[in-house]
Amino acid sequence: MHPGGHLLSVLVFFPALGALALLLLRGDDHVWIRRLALTISIAEFLLSLLLIPGVPLGAAGYQLEEFARWINVPPINYHVGVDGISLFLVILTTFLTLISVIASWKSIEHRVKEFFVMLLMLEVGVIGVFFALDLFLFFLFWEVMLIPMAFLIGIWGHERRIYAAVKFVLYTMTGSILMLVGIIWLYNATGTFDLPKIQQFLQSGALVLPARTEMILFLAFFLAFAIKVPLFPLHTWLPDAHVEAPTAGSVILAGVLLKLGTYGMIRFCLPLFPNASRRFAPAVAVLAIIGIIYGALVALVQPNLKKLVAYSSVSHLGFVVLGIFAFNPISMQGAVFQMLAHGISTGALFLLVGMLYDRRHTFEISEYGGLATPMPKLAAFFLFVALSSLGLPMLNGFVGEYLILLGTYQVHWNWAAWAASGVILSACYLLWSYQRVFFGEVTREKNRTLPDVSPREKWILVSMAVITLWMGIGSVSFTRRFAASCQNVLDQMGPGQAQEAAAPAKSTLPSGSTLVAMPKKISVERTASR
Amino acid sequence: MFPVREDMLRVMPELIWCGFGVLVMLFQPFVRNRHFFTFLALLGSLLGTLSAMWPAALGGTAFGGIIQADAFSFFFHLLIGLVVSLVVLAAGPYLERERLAFPEFFALTLFATAGMGVLASAQELVTAFIGLELSSISSYVLAGYRRESLKSSESSLKYFLLGSFATAFFLYGIALVYGATGTTNLSRMADVGTSGNLLKLGFSLILIGLGFKVAVAPFQIWTPDVYEGAPTPVTALFSAGPKAAAFALLLRIFAGVPAVTQFWFWAFWVLAVLTMFAGNLGALVQTNVKRMLAYSSIAHAGYILVAFASVTFLAQEGAAAAAPAYAAILFYLLSYALVKLGAFTIVSQFGGEGEKHLSLDDYAGLGQRQPFAAAALALFLLSLLGLPVTAGFFGKFYIFKAAVNSHLIWLAILMAVNSVIGAYYYLRVIVVMYMREPSAETASSAPMRFPLTVNLVLSVAAAGTIYFGLFPNQVLNFVLQTNLLGH
Repeated sequence: MHPGGHLLSVLVFFPALGALALLLLRGDDHVWIRRLALTISIAEFLLSLLLIPGVPLGAAGYQLEEFARWINVPPINYHVGVDGISLFLVILTTFLTLISVIASWKSIEHRVKEFFVMLLMLEVGVIGVFFALDLFLFFLFWEVMLIPMAFLIGIWGHERRIYAAVKFVLYTMTGSILMLVGIIWLYNATGTFDLPKIQQFLQSGALVLPARTEMILFLAFFLAFAIKVPLFPLHTWLPDAHVEAPTAGSVILAGVLLKLGTYGMIRFCLPLFPNASRRFAPAVAVLAIIGIIYGALVALVQPNLKKLVAYSSVSHLGFVVLGIFAFNPISMQGAVFQMLAHGISTGALFLLVGMLYDRRHTFEISEYGGLATPMPKLAAFFLFVALSSLGLPMLNGFVGEYLILLGTYQVHWNWAAWAASGVILSACYLLWSYQRVFFGEVTREKNRTLPDVSPREKWILVSMAVITLWMGIGSVSFTRRFAASCQNVLDQMGPGQAQEAAAPAKSTLPSGSTLVAMPKKISVERTASR
Repeated sequence: MFPVREDMLRVMPELIWCGFGVLVMLFQPFVRNRHFFTFLALLGSLLGTLSAMWPAALGGTAFGGIIQADAFSFFFHLLIGLVVSLVVLAAGPYLERERLAFPEFFALTLFATAGMGVLASAQELVTAFIGLELSSISSYVLAGYRRESLKSSESSLKYFLLGSFATAFFLYGIALVYGATGTTNLSRMADVGTSGNLLKLGFSLILIGLGFKVAVAPFQIWTPDVYEGAPTPVTALFSAGPKAAAFALLLRIFAGVPAVTQFWFWAFWVLAVLTMFAGNLGALVQTNVKRMLAYSSIAHAGYILVAFASVTFLAQEGAAAAAPAYAAILFYLLSYALVKLGAFTIVSQFGGEGEKHLSLDDYAGLGQRQPFAAAALALFLLSLLGLPVTAGFFGKFYIFKAAVNSHLIWLAILMAVNSVIGAYYYLRVIVVMYMREPSAETASSAPMRFPLTVNLVLSVAAAGTIYFGLFPNQVLNFVLQTNLLGH
């Protein structure tokens, strides 16, 4: 155990304490509320960086585990731990929360205290989900996070905010309640809610789920995650939620909440129900590919800039799901990387769109045009972020998409071929919208006098841009930390018939985590050579 | 035959409740101070609750086996006592506001409580019938306690007419069961163990009679009107007290040996599904918060019936197998009583004089105008919805678990669907409170100050909701480790 002792618990509950402290402040003392919220989120971010030394390189299992008895009937325990996959997702969460606090400095004017309380409570829920190693605890945090997010959309959102908030809750809840039934069913089969224990039972063959049960359980879990991601036919809540949410809400929603779905697939669906996962993989892949292309096509014709970014999320998350369900170590790493990259890029896109909204109070692309003239700096940042999102080599979006396509290609070349069209489409919608918003003549008189980025906004954007660049060039420093965990997930799936196709490709490589990280080096070299 | 001392001690709670009811009536001509009656009623209900220790400590049966003093009845005595104490506390300010007489209200409440106590500990059907009548007749009067209000009179009349009809079913059921088994004592019935059609018919009629009391579809039609018309503290009492007591009797009858068969399992399965949908779909279109909560209590009866289906399924393999399902029902009733009590108390306060402000629009902007009350109501609604860190979540969780344990996957899925439907209308209230601006009229009026006793009730309900949402252990241990049904 780490000498720090209870680092994970501190990380989970520190924002909750911070939220309590905020509640004690006077409601109209906006300055100190903002300062306190900023202090809390900075402290939380710095604390989360302490996780990095806590997860040794090449360690596949859970680190920094904490265990405490909570409820005896049925045995529910407070069991948390972190591995390479959740490590960076947690840091992403704390980082984006910090960014959201800064981004909301000026744009949130009423009910300021409640806003920051909700933001911090949301952080509690999200970090709890990433750390939870007890299925029940996982579900608990999963539900806890729902209400703050609904409030963020419903109170501080735009015109149709109430509709969007209720839709968000109902969609998510439908999935999660069925997941609860699944969790209880799994408990009945295994006698425990403890994830590592269940995995151990499955590995040792002490527990064999009948094929039909496994399929139903897989669907119960998968549906909840697929709604969260959101996978193609279940995505309709997302554009509404995004368009109506305040900027900070969109950043957290796109940056972190969507990843909870894909994280859940990696953490639960694959290791717990390997055979069902293999069985459903083709169907899931088809839905993911439809999502990639459909999301991109809808984004292409969006007159609303924020909706465009929202649909681009549907498309990008389709890549992640595809990467996960290719069951290939490279694509799996790509999926995890893409989760992080999408969090940064799309978070930054939403911030930029939010900044435009703060100035003009509209998301309509037709209201803009030629913005590069009054605000060259914002235009430059926007271009940079758009390029990273569409997967320009050297920037973060490229690494994830490339690894996913590379890994998927080794298993099913046709999946990769279809998905690759999404890369092209993403270039189309992002560049076309960029052109309509920023290039050409200034079409509206109002836009001529818009102020460029303020120092506060500049520092947010610079920090995001630096990370984007760093993730693009130094991608290995990320992948080497979760490569072993990704391999571990695939190992837990055990050998299956469906993987035989991938077996030759795998067997040519000597086993070991260092070599699994190698393809990323190749990708970076290719990036550099272009 | 003169009753022995132990037997008297075994019915001590009921004696104290009745005694204090009589005392309140005796003092009525002499004492003008209304708060005296609140105090007396509160003292009575608390003392009665405390005295439930006696039967629990003694155990065994009283009066030749017609009263059972076991952990099960102990639990229900505590629950009913808690509910009534809170109702008494919250009712004072309400009665004062509506200019209603104090003494009769409290006397009737205490008599009703005694009836519920008898229901919870009856081991014999005719005794149960007396308990049922004692609580029902007091309830009919209480429902019509706002005499000047048309709605209240309507509520009372409806409740009385339909209630008497249901009681007749119950009584006829007892007669048929007696005909089939030659006894009305539940434990002796277990030894006879016939499963003929006559017995089935008798139990069906009993189920109808009790189903009416707990608002099970298709016998739930009266609920919204009665709940809406009755004075709100009475509604709070109805939704928590008599319901719990009637469920206690249902559990005693249908978890017993002669009744646990495949037949009853399916009966409860069907009733559960009907009730859940009737309650939730009805609540979906309500714009009156009190009425919405009335429909929601139908829906929650449906969730409890899911656990009943599970009990009747598991009990076929012996009482021990069904213990977790019992625990689920008891825990659910406790969490549900706390939450409903709290919610109705807030509705009663916001209703204002004459209960005029009950519509959803009256709740707009409450999150800002009355942050504490709105937060409490939000907490109760989230608990009804079943979100974590509230008692309602564990209540629902244990029922899901019981259902999955007995392989009732479809029932669990239907319950999940219903929970989502429920989420919509509970959320709607929260949305209105927090996300809508108050109307011009309400915004100009000063925020309402809640009386001390009401605040006390709300604090107890909220603290209980959160406490049992974090640590459900104590209740469950109690329920699981004691030999529940005594025999």
